[in-house]
Amino acid sequence: MRRHLKWLILASLIFSAGRAFSQDASSERAPDTMQARVMACAACHGQQGQGTDNDYFPRLAGKPAGYLYNQLLAFKQGRRVYPPMNYLLAYLPDPYLQRIADYFAQERPPFPSLPAPSVGADVLARGQMLVTSGDPGHAIPACASCHGAALTGMEPAIPGLLGLHSQYISSQLGAWRYGTRTAAAPDCMQQVAARLTEDDVTAVAAWLSSQPAPSSASPIQRGAIRMPLACGSEPK
Amino acid sequence: MSGVHVRAFHFISRFVCLGAALGVSASAAYAAQSSTDVIARGEYLARAGDCIACHTVPGDKLFGGRRPMVTPFGTLYTPNISSDKEYGIGKWTAEQFYTTMHNGRSRDGSLIYPAMPFGSYTKVTRADSDAIFAYLKSVPPVKQRNKPNELRFPYNNRSLLLGWRTLYFHEGEFVPDKSQSTEWNRGAYLVQGLGHCAMCHTAINALGGSSESQAFEGGLIPMQAWYAPSLTSNKEAGLGDWSTEDIEALLRSGVSHRGAVYGPMAEVVFDSLQYLSADDIRAMAVYLKTLPQRTADTSPAPVAAGAGANKSDSQTDHQYQLGSKVYDAQCAVCHGAMGRGKPPDFPPLANNQSIQMSSAVNPIRMVLIGGYAPGTALNPAPYGMPPFAQILGDEEIAAVVTFIRTAWGNHGAPVTIKDVNDLRSVPAE
Repeated sequence: MRRHLKWLILASLIFSAGRAFSQDASSERAPDTMQARVMACAACHGQQGQGTDNDYFPRLAGKPAGYLYNQLLAFKQGRRVYPPMNYLLAYLPDPYLQRIADYFAQERPPFPSLPAPSVGADVLARGQMLVTSGDPGHAIPACASCHGAALTGMEPAIPGLLGLHSQYISSQLGAWRYGTRTAAAPDCMQQVAARLTEDDVTAVAAWLSSQPAPSSASPIQRGAIRMPLACGSEPK
Repeated sequence: MSGVHVRAFHFISRFVCLGAALGVSASAAYAAQSSTDVIARGEYLARAGDCIACHTVPGDKLFGGRRPMVTPFGTLYTPNISSDKEYGIGKWTAEQFYTTMHNGRSRDGSLIYPAMPFGSYTKVTRADSDAIFAYLKSVPPVKQRNKPNELRFPYNNRSLLLGWRTLYFHEGEFVPDKSQSTEWNRGAYLVQGLGHCAMCHTAINALGGSSESQAFEGGLIPMQAWYAPSLTSNKEAGLGDWSTEDIEALLRSGVSHRGAVYGPMAEVVFDSLQYLSADDIRAMAVYLKTLPQRTADTSPAPVAAGAGANKSDSQTDHQYQLGSKVYDAQCAVCHGAMGRGKPPDFPPLANNQSIQMSSAVNPIRMVLIGGYAPGTALNPAPYGMPPFAQILGDEEIAAVVTFIRTAWGNHGAPVTIKDVNDLRSVPAE
């Protein structure tokens, strides 16, 4: 009997040790959150999509979900080309891309303090004019006429323009001018960018990156302003 | 992806409704029903063969072709295999389609480049080939001309393929092994045939051929800079001590308690394996578990555990210390201080074969470019590994990869700064 008892205790000890081990192994699960799921994005865009010191990795936080989704889809399908992004998104289902877009659209981290642009006052003045009033003589609409007076974008798919490094803005405008970045037809940004000179691009990028954080970082409501151009990405 | 299924479903339901509405004779209705069955089976088999991965440009029209296949011999552009009569296979017969699958010859008799895995598809039965053909004929036509290949001389001369075929092509349908179970034979048929696993998991030589004696022992995938691990029972690098359940989970969901798929295998799971039935996946796992180990790990020779012969111990220590520091700062939050991970979402690194293989290509690239496991029906919102190329230098990456290859009882060989630097310039893919 004693002998049996000894075996029984030993067996139950082994059994419970095994259970403890398997519980330990299975209970250590990754957090079931979007924040944990987008850690791959955070390395370049910041934990909340606030952006980083890198000049070419944009802020994502607070941009309309429709805009972010369009970009994720374009990277996945190779219509927007940047191999590290194309690779990361290639095998993610579209509904999941929507969840990722929704996550960053809802985040409201503080705006970064960006390096002061190294351009003259005249360049900044030209930038301010193009952003706020446009250049009717060259049929260039003001950025604010679509991206909102506060430049925080418009739902569902026009991005905010603040909190971005000037190099990022100028490289994107350049990509539109040369046709390496495109959007759904009619591609209004392509039309606008084609009318800008290189100096215009520098001026717009410099002035935008020099602006303080907006009082409200949220994009304006869908259809809140009447746009001067038809845009395929922004349904009327 | 699901759009493919939705379209096929609509097609089928319309077909059936039409039959009912017209009150066609019972036998005609039966024929229509059975032809929709064949089409549905063909769609499933086309998934198993992963036709879509090569014959569809991502985001473009289904089976329209024109996807570039970069090979060491130049770039091939896949043909249109939609039902279009002018540019696709709309005018083909089932016989001609079978000849292509089985013998690697196109409708006009010309030899096909072995980027098309006819060396594997030759094992597909005539009935399965016919079902796939019926499905492809049911797909909407894509009016898109094929793009000419851009192969360098002398590879642009198709008659050279005669020599290649003599060396590497063995025509013949799958012959079941009567001493094995039905399940094992089903798995073998899928792995060797439609699954065309050997295209990556058997080493490819300079002529673009592979040797049967090294079947499924792993190999570097040309042009992609990923290493396809051994599928044999090799304990160092193969599936030796994986459970059948873990293999099934990996193939069907993309993640498992032993590791996850990234890179080219993520594409295979995303486009193909996630759509296969639990029974078929299990059959594949059962078959894979029985692959015998023939040689040791066959990936390129290790730098020798004695560590780079000319490296002093203090250099090795320095690398390990630096690696440990980088690991604690960047990796431990997900993979744990002891490398156990939080499976299946944060894969374990301790006792993970793909990290310890002689070839360090996979762990180095994972650190450089990161990666998401594929989003699948069973794992629709996968977790992702961040890329570190932009924040860690070559020395730090060499150190941290060396650390994970040698810590916690792992016995991989150290990697060099040059190993990392060589891979840094390879585009993410």
